[in-house]
Order: sequence, then structure tokens, then C-alpha cells
Amino acid sequence: MNILDNKTMPRASNPLSTAPPFFQSRKPEYDRFFHSVRLDSDLCKGCINCLKRCPTQAIRVRDGKSQITKEYCTDCGECIRACPHHAKKATFDSFDTLSEYEYKIALPPPSLYAQFNNLEEKSLVLNALLSLGFDDVYEVAAAAELVSEITRKLIKDLASGARDNLPQGGFIPGSLPIISSACPCVVRLISVKFPNLLDNISPVIAPVEMAANAAVRRALIRTGLPREKIGVFFISPCPAKVAEAYSPLGIKESQIDKVLAVSDIYPRLLPFMKEIAASGGDMTSFDRGSEFSREIDKAGRIGVSWGGHGGEASGLLTDNYLAVDGIESVIKSLEDLEDSKFTNLEFIELNACKGGCVGGVLVVENPYIAKVKLNIIRKYLPVSGTHINASVPPYAYNNKKIEFQPVYRLGQTLEESISMMKRVDELIEKLPGLDCGCCGAPTCAANAEDVAKGLADEKGCIHKRVEALETESKLSNSQR
Amino acid sequence: MSALEMRYEVPGNDFTRAGEASSAIKNKLKQMGIPPGVVRNVAIAVYEGEINMVIHASGGTIDVFVDSDAVSLVLRDTGGGIPDVELAMREGYTTAKEDIRSLGFGAGMGIPNMIKYTDEFKINSEVGKGTVVEMKVYLEK
Repeated sequence: MNILDNKTMPRASNPLSTAPPFFQSRKPEYDRFFHSVRLDSDLCKGCINCLKRCPTQAIRVRDGKSQITKEYCTDCGECIRACPHHAKKATFDSFDTLSEYEYKIALPPPSLYAQFNNLEEKSLVLNALLSLGFDDVYEVAAAAELVSEITRKLIKDLASGARDNLPQGGFIPGSLPIISSACPCVVRLISVKFPNLLDNISPVIAPVEMAANAAVRRALIRTGLPREKIGVFFISPCPAKVAEAYSPLGIKESQIDKVLAVSDIYPRLLPFMKEIAASGGDMTSFDRGSEFSREIDKAGRIGVSWGGHGGEASGLLTDNYLAVDGIESVIKSLEDLEDSKFTNLEFIELNACKGGCVGGVLVVENPYIAKVKLNIIRKYLPVSGTHINASVPPYAYNNKKIEFQPVYRLGQTLEESISMMKRVDELIEKLPGLDCGCCGAPTCAANAEDVAKGLADEKGCIHKRVEALETESKLSNSQR
Repeated sequence: MSALEMRYEVPGNDFTRAGEASSAIKNKLKQMGIPPGVVRNVAIAVYEGEINMVIHASGGTIDVFVDSDAVSLVLRDTGGGIPDVELAMREGYTTAKEDIRSLGFGAGMGIPNMIKYTDEFKINSEVGKGTVVEMKVYLEK
């Protein structure tokens, strides 16, 4: 059977085959540039730490406070790492929102497993999530294995030119390489900065969305409840995935209802994990428990490896891949890729965070330690715990075109842009080129652009002001 | 509409900096809202030219002109020149030494790629004096 045949409809007994209630819009529409990363202006001292670290130059310091330009921000979280005053924060949903739903599903990412000491069996975490108040758990790692399987097939078909096998209308790349769609920060970056690479983004939805879709379908069948009474809670390692759930780029609507943070759930899980471990002996000999708890513990080695840098690419079983981590390196690689400097690549994994998802700003553990812990957890797991049984479900593919947003364009027309560019070049000539950040822009060039756009005052440069004062005092001295 | 002119200096024999000029040009064009496909073609053609200047000519200059019709490029060097231009334009033809080829450069696709990705291409080379490459990529096809 051709696993990519998404025209096969679900079986008639499937309640979703007729008028699926959850394809109707459930959520209010959020801004295209909705963000999780926000500023607590009471804590902001107006220093330049975040300003200098923002990889997309989205930050300015104006009137003594940091400001984020929403069109440039990709929710990477670098400013949160950089801020010594904890004024930059990632926003996420409160744990109390569990009470808003009758049936609650947790979607734990593989990076969550890597937060605990001496954990050898992830079933302990999964069972603790049930104890914490969730009715069902669907591992994101389990869904990730499905994404790996679909992507392997996609690469094979694209490499052999067998385009007839590919799904119709699913925004399938014109050619290899495929760029992973799993890191929303990277997809956002491409959509504003690298329009020529939009066509290479994987048409397969991110593992967390795959998990949400599968979990919702399972819950609808199991409970008979209407969709709105079912709450899908993703436990996120980073702000970019929070923003993606509220304002997704490649899909019309996310099936994730609320996004919690790994850092918030971690301390809540610990007492339950201790209790479960105590009742079943030590952590290592812990009994896997009921049939239900076995059912939720599905992901194998491929899925769990997605939590760390390189894991996704290794699950594709090809040598022709590139795996890059850290936002600066990601930008550099996208630049090179855009200039066609790489040849013969089949797949590109890009993680905005160093170390991969275990390096997100909403996790607790050091990312390098976390990676070692992931290795321990996956040691005795099967290669892959989940497989595409019949055909690939239609929801596995993007259903919305990711549009290029030319937010970095200077003017509205070419003529306007050219005259502004000339003005920018003139201004740069006059500036000292120290990139000190004191004017509130990260570099002299960025300041020149702000002045040309009318967003900043030409007199903002303190070095120019000192120079002017010195000239003035020399003049008045010589006149004396 | 007045044209925008930009000049970039390319240092010779420094591979760590090869690609700096084409990258800077690319980012400027993006900021001007030049169509993505045009930016890509210009970036690839300039990069090839820039690499050639680094390998063969100990550097040179790149002039970029942008107006409402096209992005025009003039790459000038005072290197050794190309004895047989016809031959150099052939795909796969290379004079690069082994040490350069081992770095992944000099596959003989430089000039062919410049022709492929531009709408107008002119080359003037004189042995002992240098080479001038003029290229144009139209904004509208």
C-alpha cells in the first residue's frame, strides 16, 4: 500500500468521517505576529544586553525601556537568556486552565523526559501526568516517529522524481533538500528573511500538531464528548512553540488548546513521580502499571531522540543531511543554503536552540546534561514504537501556504526604498561605527535605518554629541 | 528614478572572507524589496564572480547599480586575465590548482553559472591586464 495516499477516507465507523465538528474554527484568530516573548517593563532597566543579543535585530531601547518589534521577533528566546534583570519573559497558559475542560489530554515533548535525575523509564513521567490530573497522555515523541516515517517516504519520492506518489495540494517542495518544519522559530525566520527557501519547508506538520490531532481523534471516539469539552495541553520547552499553537503558519488552526511550560509542570510532577516510584520500588524497577499506562508509553528511540539536536535527522536514515543548532548558526546556514552553496543534501534539521529542544528557555536542566539523560532513557527502547498503519491521515500535511512577509523592506516601492537606502548610506558615513548600542539600536547601521524610517532621532548618537560638545568648547576657548 | 550605486572591495586570496560582498549585496537587495527570485539569481552570479576574483585575480571591485529595470553588476579585477575566454565559459573547464579544488572550489562552473543566472552577460579579458565582467538581471521577466 502506498502510505502517502491521503485520498483514502477514514472508515465509515469513524465518527469523524461525517461533518467533523473540530474542523470548524474554535479559536479567535490571533495576530500573524502573535508572540510569547514579552517585556515586563517594571523590571527593565533599559540596558543593552537583549539589544545586542537579538539575532533578528527586533529590539530597540526607547525612553529607557526595551521594545520588541513584533514583525522581526521569532520568539527564539535569546533575549530571555540575555536579560540579567529577568524583564524578558515567555508567556504560557496557567496550569489552572485544566479546569476549563471535562477531558484533559497532556502532550509531553521528549525534552520533558530529560529533566529528571536517574530516570530510566519514561512511563514514570507519563503516569505522573495522569496522577497530576490529565485523563490521557499522548507522547509527542510517538507522533514524531510518524513524521519521520512520512518524511522518509517523501525524500525517497522526491529523490526518485516519483511525483505521482506525492499527495495533491499539500505544498510539496519542488526539489530536495527538505527543511524541517519542527522548529517554529526557524519557519518564522524563513518566512520573513529567506523567501527563496519557503518552497523547501517540509509539508509535514510538526510532531506536536500530529500528536494533538491523533489525541483529539482518540478522545472523541473514546469519550463521545463534543470537541470543546476536550482540552489538549502541550507542555512546551520554548516560547516559539507557544506562539505557534496560537498563531500557526502552515496550518489553518492548531488542535492544541493550551500551552503549558516544562518549567511549570516539572515541579508539579516530582511528588507524583516519587509516590509512584515508592509504591513500585525504586525508579528502575518500577512496574509499568495498568494496560492504559502501557498504551500511552509508545515512543521508541527515534521519537525520543527528537528532543536533542541531530535526533530528527538521524531518524531519517540518510547520510545526506545537515543538522544545525543555535540561532546564529541557523541564520548563517540559511544564508549559505540560499546561495546554493550546499549540494546533494536531502534534509536539513535546524534548531534555533543550542542542543536542540532540550536547550529551550522553558526547560530546567542544562541542555548538555539533558542530552545525556535522553541517551539513557532511549537506551533500551525499540527503534521506533509507532508506525503508519494504513494511509497517511490528511491532517499530516500543511493546509495553508506559508507566505513571505517582507518586513525588512525599507520603503513601500522600489523608488522609495532606493532613496531611503541612499539616506541610510549617508547616515552610516556620519556615524562612528562603534555599534555601542547607546542610541537604543543594536548597530550604527540599524540606527541609520531607524532614522531614515523616521523612528529615531539623528541626534541619538552620544559619540556625535560628545564630539559636538568638544568642538563647541574648543571654539569658545579660542574666542576667549 | 535615480539609480542606487554601491561599490564593494573584494580582498584577494582570503577564503575566510570570500562571499562577504555577495552576502552584503544580497541583504541590501532584500531590504529594497527586490523580488526574491531576482535576489537569488544576483546572489549566485555575484558569489561565483567574487570567488573567481579571490582564486585567480587577488581581488578586485564589484559595482552594483539598481534601477527600475534591472540589477546591473560590474566586476573588475587587475589579475592575470583569461587567455581563452571561450574555453573558460565551458562547463567543467577549470585552471584551479589542486589545493583550491580540494577546498571545494574551482569545479569549472563559475562562468557557466554566471551566464545561467543572469539575463545579460559580457566578459572582457586581457592577459596581463585583468578581467571585466558585466552582468544584468532584469527585475521583470
